[in-house]
Amino acid sequence: MVLKRLFLGVGMLFVISVLIFIGVEALPGDLAEAILGQAATPESIQAFRSNLKLDLPPHTRYLSWIGGILQGDLGTSLANNRPIADLLSSRISNTFFLAATAAVFSIPISILLGILAALYRESFFDKFISIFTLSMISFPEFFVAYILMVLLAVEFQIFPSLAIVRDSMTFFERLYAISLPALTLTLIVIAHMMRMTRAAIINVLASPYIEMAHLKGIKKVRIIVQHATPNSLSPIINVVVLNLAYMVVGVVLVEVVFVYPGLGQLLVDSVSKRDLPVVQASCLIFAGVYILLNLLADVLSILANPKLRHPK
Amino acid sequence: MADVIKFFTRSPWSAKLGLAIITLNIFCALFAPALAPYSETEIAGDVWEPPIWSEDAIPHYTPVILGTDHIGRDLFSRLMFGARNTITLAFVTTALAFFVGSIGGFMAATLKGWVDQTLSRVVDILMAFPTLILALVILSVMGTSIPVLIFVIALIDSTRVFRISRAVAMDIEVMEYVEASRLRGEGLWWVMKEEILPNALSPLVAEFGLRFCFVFLFISSLSFLGLGLQPPLADWGSMVRENSSAISFGILTPLIPAAAIAFLTVGVNLVVDWFLHRASGIKDV
Repeated sequence: MVLKRLFLGVGMLFVISVLIFIGVEALPGDLAEAILGQAATPESIQAFRSNLKLDLPPHTRYLSWIGGILQGDLGTSLANNRPIADLLSSRISNTFFLAATAAVFSIPISILLGILAALYRESFFDKFISIFTLSMISFPEFFVAYILMVLLAVEFQIFPSLAIVRDSMTFFERLYAISLPALTLTLIVIAHMMRMTRAAIINVLASPYIEMAHLKGIKKVRIIVQHATPNSLSPIINVVVLNLAYMVVGVVLVEVVFVYPGLGQLLVDSVSKRDLPVVQASCLIFAGVYILLNLLADVLSILANPKLRHPK
Repeated sequence: MADVIKFFTRSPWSAKLGLAIITLNIFCALFAPALAPYSETEIAGDVWEPPIWSEDAIPHYTPVILGTDHIGRDLFSRLMFGARNTITLAFVTTALAFFVGSIGGFMAATLKGWVDQTLSRVVDILMAFPTLILALVILSVMGTSIPVLIFVIALIDSTRVFRISRAVAMDIEVMEYVEASRLRGEGLWWVMKEEILPNALSPLVAEFGLRFCFVFLFISSLSFLGLGLQPPLADWGSMVRENSSAISFGILTPLIPAAAIAFLTVGVNLVVDWFLHRASGIKDV
């Protein structure tokens, strides 16, 4: 079961890499003319094409591209001719740092609040939580980001408004620098996670065996800990990991708002500059992480669920 | 008609509020040229003038209600035109996604076999991409123009519509009346249009609201990243982007279009929530 899922995941990664490759290199007719523009001479187009090895057949190019990536060679950027691997390495760790910080805060808070909201359903607390989550889900990410910026950086100058990080910074200085983007991400993810956790718990609490436990007179705490938790574990794990995958996308917008030197910012810049090799590489990383997280969600929920662990 | 009015007067206050918000937005979008004091690209005054209720507002012959933007255009007028551009674009895209997605879903459910397999696997692959990343890949290749934008977002969105309409149609397809129509010798198109569609309509309508919100936020996000609607067209997402540097001076101009986006999506979500609540079986609200 787990092996089958893993196999499927690897297959998916392969298909995605082919799609990104085809999407960027084979579809647009002639890439060289599109990028060099009207003023290009036949010679410069020819030079550009052989430089990018566009004159080779597609499958050879794909194999050399994917082979290079597997060996850590991502090619060179069109915009400044620097190797993409250098460009990406510091940005990947920046993005990872931001996402990890947001995850560390958001996961425990949202699970706790989600469980509480499910327990005290229809109470004032639950209503408040659902209004909060509904509005957070409706708001665009940058709106949340700017509100926080106005409140916490401009009105009360607690946090820096732009997330500027330098290599010389210590861990806590870095943490302080990214406090606002991390807070924004945390708020957005908490809303999604809490909503889904609440739904998962309510689902479990509605099942007959919980009612039976109630009727037997077992204390509420014990019902939650011993009866409801084991069965809601797999949906909750799913919720957490899926939201981490969601964060992969959210991080792009947040990075742009706070001018944070991460992978998302690089991706958006490269798309507007049409720096295709960089777009390819960073999309592959984003899509890869996304697929791996989805895979992780499936594998963990298989492991947490005996019914799936021992299929008939 | 009386039924429709009764239907809406019976709705809870949250749904009424949502409907009011949607109506207001549609009204602004429809009558933007008549309501807006300035035109879309007209320079009205100085850069980032404060709104009319502020103490240091600069008097104008035609009032500049919400102040001006980063090159001195009237923000209020641009909000109106922005409503027009963004809402129309989002609506067209959602409609296209529903057209393609639901036909695909219905076909997969009625024909089954290899049609179902092929369509489902294609959708699986497309859904394995994070949405924003997929959009960025395609936009970087094809460039940002309005048709490409509509195509890309409709493509992404139709996968979700496909999933839900396939699931709904699967349930309907096993009903006796569908079998009866098949035995009568009706064709695929007729079965889809006359038997499945009317019965699948109510879950699809609620889904339409959700998808509209998603598309609307997505277009705004892309515009905010500078990859959606291009200037000088007014669009709420790009208005936030253009004015974003004002934030560090404590000027709230970029928050206004962002709030407009949030306002409309909250409105649509309120109505959708009510629809889902009704659809889940609780009839008398």
